[in-house]
Amino acid sequence: MELSNLLTAVIFLPLAGALVMLFAPSDRSVRWFALFVTFAAFLLSLPLWFGFDAAAAAELQFQSVDFSLISESLDVRYLIGVDGFSLLLVLLTTFLGPIIVLCSWTYITENTKGYHVLLLILQTGMTGVFCAFDVLLFYIFFELTLIPMYFLIGIWGGERRIYAAIKFVIYTMVGSLLMLVAIIYLGYAAGNAINDGVFTTNYFKLLSFHVPLGMQTWLFVLFAFAFAIKVPIFPFHTWLPDAHVQAPTGGSVVLAGVLLKMGTYGLIRFCLPFFPSASAEHTQLIGILAVIGIVYGALVSRAQSDAKKLVAYSSVSHLGFVVLGIFALTLQSIQGAMIQMINHGISTGALFLIVGMLYERRHTRLMADYGGIAKSVPVLTFFMVLTALASAGLPGLNGFVGEFLILVGAFGSGIPGMQVLTILATTGVILAAIYLLWMLSRMFFGPLTSDANRNMPDLNGRELVIMVPMALLMILLGLMPQPFLKVSEPAAERLLEVIEEKRTIAEIDDPDSQRMFDLQRKMMQSTAPATPSGSEP
Amino acid sequence: MSTDLTVQLIILLPLIGAAFLGLVPLFARGLRTHKGLLGTIGTLMVAIPFGLAAMLFIQGVDTAFITSIYTWMGVGDFSVEIAYRIDQLSLIMTLVVTGVGALIHVYATGYMAEDRSFWKFFAYLNLFIFMMLNLVLANNLLLMFLGWEGVGLCSYLLIGFWYEERKNSAAASKAFIVNRVGDFAFLIAMFMLVQEIGSLDFDSILSGAGAMSEGTIAMVVFLLFLGATGKSAQIPLFIWLPDAMAGPTPVSALIHAATMVTSGLYLLARLSPLVLMTPDVMMLIAIVGALTAIVAATIALTQNDIKRVLAYSTVSQLGYMFMAAGVGAFFVAIFHVITHAFFKACLFLGSGSVIHGMHHVEHDLRDKGYAGDFDAQDMSFMGGLKKFMPVTRWTYLLSTLAIAGIPLTAGFFSKDEILFKAFEYGYDGNGYAWFVWGVGILTALLTAFYMTRSYMLTFEGKARWPMQNEVHPHESPSSMTLPLIILAGLSMIGGAIGFPKIAEKIGLSNWIHDYLVGHGDHPGPVGEPEIHAHISVSVEIGLILLGAVIAVVGVLWAWRFFAKYELGGDELIRARFGKLYRWWQSSYYWDKFYERTIVRPVIGGAEKTFAPFDQHVVDGLVNAAGRVSMAFSWLFGRFQTGVVQNYALAIVLGSILMIALFLF
Repeated sequence: MELSNLLTAVIFLPLAGALVMLFAPSDRSVRWFALFVTFAAFLLSLPLWFGFDAAAAAELQFQSVDFSLISESLDVRYLIGVDGFSLLLVLLTTFLGPIIVLCSWTYITENTKGYHVLLLILQTGMTGVFCAFDVLLFYIFFELTLIPMYFLIGIWGGERRIYAAIKFVIYTMVGSLLMLVAIIYLGYAAGNAINDGVFTTNYFKLLSFHVPLGMQTWLFVLFAFAFAIKVPIFPFHTWLPDAHVQAPTGGSVVLAGVLLKMGTYGLIRFCLPFFPSASAEHTQLIGILAVIGIVYGALVSRAQSDAKKLVAYSSVSHLGFVVLGIFALTLQSIQGAMIQMINHGISTGALFLIVGMLYERRHTRLMADYGGIAKSVPVLTFFMVLTALASAGLPGLNGFVGEFLILVGAFGSGIPGMQVLTILATTGVILAAIYLLWMLSRMFFGPLTSDANRNMPDLNGRELVIMVPMALLMILLGLMPQPFLKVSEPAAERLLEVIEEKRTIAEIDDPDSQRMFDLQRKMMQSTAPATPSGSEP
Repeated sequence: MSTDLTVQLIILLPLIGAAFLGLVPLFARGLRTHKGLLGTIGTLMVAIPFGLAAMLFIQGVDTAFITSIYTWMGVGDFSVEIAYRIDQLSLIMTLVVTGVGALIHVYATGYMAEDRSFWKFFAYLNLFIFMMLNLVLANNLLLMFLGWEGVGLCSYLLIGFWYEERKNSAAASKAFIVNRVGDFAFLIAMFMLVQEIGSLDFDSILSGAGAMSEGTIAMVVFLLFLGATGKSAQIPLFIWLPDAMAGPTPVSALIHAATMVTSGLYLLARLSPLVLMTPDVMMLIAIVGALTAIVAATIALTQNDIKRVLAYSTVSQLGYMFMAAGVGAFFVAIFHVITHAFFKACLFLGSGSVIHGMHHVEHDLRDKGYAGDFDAQDMSFMGGLKKFMPVTRWTYLLSTLAIAGIPLTAGFFSKDEILFKAFEYGYDGNGYAWFVWGVGILTALLTAFYMTRSYMLTFEGKARWPMQNEVHPHESPSSMTLPLIILAGLSMIGGAIGFPKIAEKIGLSNWIHDYLVGHGDHPGPVGEPEIHAHISVSVEIGLILLGAVIAVVGVLWAWRFFAKYELGGDELIRARFGKLYRWWQSSYYWDKFYERTIVRPVIGGAEKTFAPFDQHVVDGLVNAAGRVSMAFSWLFGRFQTGVVQNYALAIVLGSILMIALFLF
């Protein structure tokens, strides 16, 4: 099979599996089938990793057959591929696929068929999001993830599942509908300017289109708002704890592992390069929100009595780092943000997995109901301590690499005020230790008081199959992140070039700009005047 | 064997040991009871690296040897290698870590023999050695930071080793979190260095330092020092170390006395040329060291828990090392690190041997139906142990003499050198060094006094545990006493690596100075300030005599005092010092102060302010927005009456309105 079709297969195999499953009788075999499909999708995605040309990671690879989606009169096409940014997230998605099926194995007892059908549809949506290079196609995949998640929370969730599910959907919907408005505007504006008047949502065409400065802020806000809700960035985060607490374990893992990354991915993929001047203008504002998220998320996390809610708020804190890295606009910080997305998917995913395993045993998420269980479940405790340390950013485990690169990049970004923000963000490493160790101490250490906890069984074979690969990845990413960093580095470099170039051109057009003045002086000084490459259409 | 391979083996063997000991018995439960095998493996994984390091030492190091294994993380121009560095400084630290480490492993095979989690203990110990070796052998700050936080992790795991007791796990968390405060400063220092220099390699930092402004250097060194106050338990972050005594005693000896807590000094020595460029921060370092030394010494005087005495004593001795660093005598700081590793490890292991014995006493007492108070670590239940534990007693006594600075012991040479260097630096025109010297002298007297007190209350006098005639402790097994004997021996002769200047007259040189600082064409890795003042021989002799007299007076005074009054001696001291004594006994209320000013506001703020704020205000607004839109939909829903006539009417009215607008 050609590698371009392979990508389509990776995306749509789960959907195809879901269709087949609709006709299957609802019984145990459904689980095995879902496991088979997700594992096959994972195997299929491996050639992407090995066949990927890291040297050309800024380019779109495995580009697929390209056909029109709506009508020939609109330039909206099925255009998929992966670059360095996409590849890592696609692999994260396919890697977590089988793990999510496995963690639902005994957790989901009712309507297993429906559950797995939705899970598979969800995976197609998520994979598609990271591969779509047509903005409308991206939007379709983006929305496709919403419906299955709504049902996953609403049907298989906890006591307040309906409230959480509706809140999740409406909140995200508000954001994404506004983004749709922006996409349509952008499509027309770009169509008129550079595409012979034909409406276009082709990513690369939009990339070469210089959005007029006056319009950038508006479009930026619409896009950023949608993604800010998804990430979530403070103060748009309150849907997250509700959704996480109510969702079944599998749902929480998808949510933390992949769905939130769609927000940060969107910021990197669209907000920064489409609206570079507006992004640069708002970098301090978003930086401040990110840092509030880091500190505030950690403090609220410390105040929880529900283990799952604690982990949910820790996500707010961790994703604050990612957002800070993205908007610090340096190579290190963006690379750090990228690797941090993967790290967060693994370590927070693992935290939810373990909390879920405990829930299955004791049917409570309240930390007060546990205590001293290290004695009864030593293997589970081992994985929990490892994961908590990874999450707290202990060097040698995955969390540290991302955090360090983000912070070191942000500190040296030269953006006014960014050093202060970085220092405040760095307090997050103290706070993370506080809430995570507190959780460990409360749940796992101390005297083993209740009989129910004393007789808890330790991890079984299936759970080991889940946790061992997660643990190995935490160590691998912590000690050898370089192969992963290499994959996204050219893409990050390209992104920064695009931003720089566009901003330079934009400000040459703006006669009042100090930057233009500096630039002219620089050009006059140099013997061979450098003309900015690329030109205003 | 190539040097590359040797270095890699030194690093890797403890890691292999940790992985094997930690993971295999976790799943293969049958292996857990084979303690002889597990203990041997654990010990060998430290002893072999010691042998390898000794081999490198004998071969000699001329210039720094660097072995680079792979790129840890690299983005753009910034890249960090997993690379190790062998030079005089890192090699000597490696010898201490693996040498003392191996002895403590041997000891632990005896001390932990009855523990169910024996395997886990050795896995953690090996992991600790691996992390500590990363710390001392790293060729860049970030890899050092990996070791730095890694030893913190092991410290956390080992303090909370007996996690079933709530207070142990609380102490573990406290240690980790307080250390993280220091690590926060360490991180910021690294951010600054990356911004200024673009690299975290030690060579690049030192060679690029000239290009940094004085203010930046001062800031970087200040932040690193702040990091050091965490790991090396100095004011203001020393509060975690006494609580860390909750861990098994071999851990206290290895991590909380001999090795990990000296990391801060190692960091300063490693970057000593940079530190020397900031006289202001050096002054701060020296003063913080001096204050910590005397504050901890006064607290140590009032403690009854034998391990807590030693813990505060460690804090105090670390203060001495910072005093040395603050007057530019980094090599002396390392000298004291080494001698301290010998005598403090011996003291801690000795206390462990005592506690081991007292636990058996406790066990026997409970068997005989005794239900009253008893605490195996409380010296008020000890006394007269010399009769039952002769080896422990002698080794404890010798190392007490060493820490007190009795002439010709290891502690005498290193402590005297610190005081001499402070004096010299003061004489050279740095006023603060006089202060440091004065505090050092006073602390030396206190040290001799409180350490002798601990010896007297433990080993001399009458036995004070209940039913002394029926139950008594026994000497510990040879796996425990052998390391004690070796360490006591080293506490006696270890000073020979650093004879004072005056000994040149009889042909003895200060080896540690020449090795670390180098001479002439062969500069070593450790820097030292230029001293212009010259101290005459008679003054030097006077200083040495003063130090000797202080130590002897302190020991004899305490000896006679506690021989006479035993426990009652404490009452006399309390009566003499009154309110001050209460301050000492309560550690100057330091913990309470943090509890009130930081811990409670932060935790309380999180629970009482931020969490409700999130629920009611941030989320409240979201829900309010939801309700507003629902209200609107209800409002507009009213228009959808479903009655066709109403719609028709609306259409007609609308049309008229539009026509009207169009016409006018």
